Amino acid sequence: MADYDIPELNGAGYIKVPALERDTMKGKGPFMAKPEFQEALHFPDDFEPVEGGGYTLVPDWKEKALAKLDDLRHRYRSLQLYLDICVKCGACTDKCHYFIGTRDAKNMPVARQDLLRKVYRRYFTFAGKHFPRLVGAVDLTEEVVNDWYNYYHQCSQCRRCSVYCPYGIDTAEISMAAREILDTIGRGTKYNNEIIGKVFKIGNNLGLPAMALADTLEGLEEDVEDDTGIKVRFPLDEEGAEVLLITPSADFFAEPHVDGLIGYAKVFHEAGISWTLSSHASEAANFGMFIGSYENMRRIALRIREAAIRLKVRRIVFGECGHAWRVAYSFLNTLAGPFDFLDPKYPVPQHILEITWGLIQEGRLVLDKSQNDDKVLTFHDSCNVARATRMGDRPGGQFEIPRQVIRAVCNHFVDMPADTIHDATYCCGGGGGLLTDDLMELRVKGAQPRMEALKYVTEQQGVTHMAAICAICKSQFTKVIPYYGFTMDQIVSVHQLVSNAIVLKREVSVQARPDADDADDDSDDA
Amino acid sequence: MTFISILYGLLFWAATLILVIGVGRRVHLYWKVPAPLKIVTTPAPVTRSGVVWRMFKEVVFFTSLFRASKYTWVFAILFHMALWLVLLRHTRYFMDMNSFLVFMQPFGRYAGFAMLLGLTGLLGRRMLVDRVRYISAPSDFLMLLLLLSIGVSGMMMSFGVHTDIVQVKAFFHGLMTFDWQPLPGDPLLLLHLLLVAVLMIIFPISKLLHAPGVFFSPTRNQVDNPREKRHVAPWARELEREHKLYADDTPTAPVSR
Ligand code: HEM
Ligand code: HEM
Ligand code: SF4
Ligand code: SF4
Repeated sequence: MADYDIPELNGAGYIKVPALERDTMKGKGPFMAKPEFQEALHFPDDFEPVEGGGYTLVPDWKEKALAKLDDLRHRYRSLQLYLDICVKCGACTDKCHYFIGTRDAKNMPVARQDLLRKVYRRYFTFAGKHFPRLVGAVDLTEEVVNDWYNYYHQCSQCRRCSVYCPYGIDTAEISMAAREILDTIGRGTKYNNEIIGKVFKIGNNLGLPAMALADTLEGLEEDVEDDTGIKVRFPLDEEGAEVLLITPSADFFAEPHVDGLIGYAKVFHEAGISWTLSSHASEAANFGMFIGSYENMRRIALRIREAAIRLKVRRIVFGECGHAWRVAYSFLNTLAGPFDFLDPKYPVPQHILEITWGLIQEGRLVLDKSQNDDKVLTFHDSCNVARATRMGDRPGGQFEIPRQVIRAVCNHFVDMPADTIHDATYCCGGGGGLLTDDLMELRVKGAQPRMEALKYVTEQQGVTHMAAICAICKSQFTKVIPYYGFTMDQIVSVHQLVSNAIVLKREVSVQARPDADDADDDSDDA
Repeated sequence: MTFISILYGLLFWAATLILVIGVGRRVHLYWKVPAPLKIVTTPAPVTRSGVVWRMFKEVVFFTSLFRASKYTWVFAILFHMALWLVLLRHTRYFMDMNSFLVFMQPFGRYAGFAMLLGLTGLLGRRMLVDRVRYISAPSDFLMLLLLLSIGVSGMMMSFGVHTDIVQVKAFFHGLMTFDWQPLPGDPLLLLHLLLVAVLMIIFPISKLLHAPGVFFSPTRNQVDNPREKRHVAPWARELEREHKLYADDTPTAPVSR
């Protein structure tokens, strides 16, 4: 299946820490962005292709990289502090799924930080300037840049390391800074930067234009009507709706994402909440975070503000997505607030699971759990939801609410081993801007710890399906679990389970179709 | 006054200045540089007092380290807690005795063993565990050796070749009141003090900055309330005020209402 070894699973439910190896993942890193992609994101584009693939760096790259590092350390306390205070205690060394899966020494979180720290020490600290050998400081060379590019794109910014570090040192912060430095010297990734360009031009990561989106949503309305006999609306750009739903664009067509979208629509329908999607802000995922660029992240986030104002909504709700929920929950108010024009009764933004769980508690949804009786479920906590956000008003709500919703719609649920769930969860292996085919080996290997846990509950407790609440997790898992002997359809959206169980009692949507005058055609039995 | 007394007097004056000014400047930097985004590691407290409690547990019990690695935690706690006891006992060289300090004396004295045990454990881990060895620079070993040497020289005085601690106190008291007094010339004491001065001097330029630094870590000291309270850094507010998308951009048309 591949020209590298797929990690063996031990089936014992715990992760064995591998012995160190050198350079098992040394390489060129993901495909590089061409100058025009960089230019669209306001990064320098004065670099050229070289023969045999790849690109030159920009002129004076060394000075520019150091100037950027200096700039960033004066704008981000995390960067300055974390470069200074690591004591090399080693607590984080065995916590990264990429280290576990690849055994490459440079994938240990602290070793990953050190790639930048060594250069920081050389140029910005007394000890590194005068005694580089003593403190392990190195000159900035093209080789170092290549290592940065390669290994900072083997970090999914999942923050598992930060949970265990006695000072909370977050390697994601270092990765983000490194990627921004790389972007200023002509080393962007094709995957991330092309996608961000599409958001600026079209409104979503897929480059799906408004017309195509409208068609897709209409198709979904027909599917659900065929299935249930009820016209559940999937509104687009409908002014005056109560809720603006921002959801990852994968929800519009990828499996199992789209089944989740159908679930959200049914929930809104049943609750009688009018809602709309926006073609201007048809994307929840904000890849500006992955590349560490505050400005690009803000530029993407502002589209949501603009859409909310234009559509005169009163609430903003986000669909199932991990990194998107981090930008939404933790950053949106900072980047695109204040949201004083929305209804102050609700937090801004809300997660769709907060809505669904609220409705379930109020008894406003009729649920038939037996519809999911063909499954035994487990739940994958998405890293960014688990460690960078909250749901509800109590700490830890991000773990409880998804599980409570699953339990409310399914009869059979079990958790994976304790050191692989909640805030100890392992990343799916494809987060942080790495969900690209040119990083397939990394993605397969990085999934190992999660696969280990899944195999354990599969064998011990008969688990048949794993639910996820992140577009990246869903895409990554459906792609990599076949390598470990599972099948794609074992991955489900949480709202797909809701969709299965929900009994539609409301005959007519509170939102009329804009073209509702045409005659009703007979609906077939589902 | 011996030459050595003058030399050590000057050395400790310099070391103290370097320590205080060096750490002060670093702390000022950490204070000044903003954390532009809410990046707290969740689940996190939703109130300020909750954060104080979280930080207290982190600093006193090393809670995160406990989750990460039990035996590193044991050695780390042994070393750090013993260090505090030893330092507490050492305050007798700088201030008048009170009943608390008298009570503390034996604990401080025997804590020296715990400190050495902890340090030895940490050194062993650094040499024996392949992952920790890989991430260690020479300075990481030297730091442990420095602390071990300080501890061993101190213990040798405490439990073997005693020095005149009344005179030591007079010397340091003199340094503080500009009334210079001679320092005993025992080699062990001179070694102990020389190494301590080195520790003080490297403190602000080394990883020892973790001690003041931990309090500034945004993943630990932020309140989890981004939806309730808008959090904007001064440089980010600048972008908003000037209607810019990029810091080096020309202002665009207003993007908000
Ligand atoms: C607020 C006060 C402090 C806190 C919370 C703190 C916490 C920690 C923690 C959690 C570690 C990692 C575990 C370990 O490797 O031991 C550590 C390491 C270390 N600390 Fe501290 N510390 C503090 C003050 C100090 C002071 C005052 C010194 C020295 C004079 C010191 C010296 C060290 C050294 C040398 C290490 C590295 C040990 C190694 O090489 O493994 N610490 N500290
Ligand atoms: C200016 C600062 C210091 C002075 C004047 C000083 C002086 C002394 C003296 C005179 C003793 C012998 C006590 C006795 O005979 O009973 C001693 C012991 C000791 N010192 Fe220091 N010392 C200083 C700093 C330090 C530091 C920073 C450390 C740790 C990193 C340290 C660790 C020890 C230890 C472990 C002992 C043995 C246990 C004890 O008697 O408390 N000292 N010190
Ligand atoms: S953030 Fe996640 S992927 Fe990155 S180094 Fe830490 S554990 Fe590894
Ligand atoms: S756990 Fe934190 S302090 Fe320890 S080595 Fe890792 S990053 Fe450094």
